[in-house]
Formats: sequence, C-alpha cells, structure tokens
Amino acid sequence: MAESKEKIKKVSVICAKGSLEDVYAALVMTNGARMEGIEANIFFTFFGLDAITKKKMNKLHTATVGNPAMAMPGGLPFPTILGVLPGVEAGVSAMMRKGMDDLDIPPVEEFLDMINAAGGKIYGCKLAVDMFKLKREDMYDDMDSIITIGEFYEKAAGGQIIFT
Amino acid sequence: MSQKEIAGVTIDFDESGYLSKFEDWSKEIATALAKENGIDELTLKHWEVIEYIQKEVQNGAALSIRKIGKSGVVDIKEFYNLFPDGPLKKATLISGVPKPSGCV
Repeated sequence: MAESKEKIKKVSVICAKGSLEDVYAALVMTNGARMEGIEANIFFTFFGLDAITKKKMNKLHTATVGNPAMAMPGGLPFPTILGVLPGVEAGVSAMMRKGMDDLDIPPVEEFLDMINAAGGKIYGCKLAVDMFKLKREDMYDDMDSIITIGEFYEKAAGGQIIFT
Repeated sequence: MSQKEIAGVTIDFDESGYLSKFEDWSKEIATALAKENGIDELTLKHWEVIEYIQKEVQNGAALSIRKIGKSGVVDIKEFYNLFPDGPLKKATLISGVPKPSGCV
C-alpha cells in the first residue's frame, strides 16, 4: 500500500501502564512526533502515573514474571521461577536501563524534559491522581496540568489518539 | 537519486531529498535549502548549529536531538525554535549531511 501524502498533524498518546517498556513506548512516540513537527500531547493515567511521579519516575521496572517475551541475555528462555527471586527484577530492569542509555535513550525524567522543551504537552489524569492520593508537588514539575478525561478529549480534538 | 538546480548549480539529491555528496554543499546552497524549508534567514546561531552538525558527522558520530541539546551550542528548546517542524531533519538537510536514522 502506498504511503499517504497527507501528514499526521497531531497525536495524543495515553500512557496507562507503569512498566519500563510501556512508558518508553509512550515517550518515544510522543517525542518522535515532535521530532517530525507533529503537535503532541501525552496523558498519563493509572499506573502510567509512575512515569511522572518524582519518587518513581527514574526507577521503573520491567516485569520478569508474567512476561512471555522475557529472555536471558543471548536469547535463552528465562525461567519464570528466576523472576520471583529477590533482586532479579531490579537487576534485569537496571540492565535494560543501561542498554537504553547506550543507545542514547534518556532516562524517564530527561525524556520528559526533552518532550517539554520540544513543545509537547504533558498531562496527568485527575481520576488516577485522586485515586493514588498524589499531590502536585509529588509530580513532575513541568507537567502542564492535571486534567479530566473530558478535557483530554478537548485537547486531543482534531488529532489521532494512541493508547499504549 | 535525482538532480535539482539550486542556488545556480545542479546537484544530486538522494531519495529523501538530502544532498548525495557533502562536497556539493556551500553556504549559498544551505541558504536556498533553508528557504525551501520555511526558514527565511539563517542567523549566526543557525550557522553555529550547522557547523556543529557537520563536524560531528565528519567525526562519524550519530546525531540525535539529545546530543545537540547537550552540545553547548543550543539547548533543545532553542533548536526547535531555530528549525521549526522537525528540527533534526531540517538542520541535517540544510547542513548537507545524510538524513539521521535514530528514533530519539
């Protein structure tokens, strides 16, 4: 199929999960949109809020249990029983973060700074913020605002919505 | 590959619209490419960024917005302001270097 000549003008990404890979997928797509000159919003909700919670944002983990794609370095299967051992998830997550740094992929907070500097808008979900009893000062300083789902749809109007 | 006349000379462009050979690049061509991409005037700051990009590419470095933001030449916000609507793509095109292949 031929590529469309019509350019995407605006995207709004919803990040609803807090694992390292889910958050990065949302950040890469949001930042990537700005890199292409596309207007971009990112909306964090439920566990995705960890990515804009100061105490958690730079310590996100990847699941070593219940993650069928999990493999040992080199590609051998990763026995699920290993994943439950203390420290394994932290170790695997640290390895992933190191691997990303080698590829010039920034840590979460710096990635948010990049999106902010690029003119992308960063929002938290009011319902989830209330549910987790978070305060504004617990959250990423340059977050634009905490909004309701209705406000999200207003801001997303005229563009594409991506749910990760 | 295609040929196009720009700033009074005919040069080769690749399929992405980037200069095929850096040797063809000149300040006049950069100015003309900038105009084609909505930048009416290249300021001193633009030239500093262009120089930085050319030097990095000559040294074999892979370019990213993050890297340019840490270069000391411009910060990310300024980079987006100087080359609006796709700063890395536009800045590399005007600098006469290949299109960068990174995702970040």
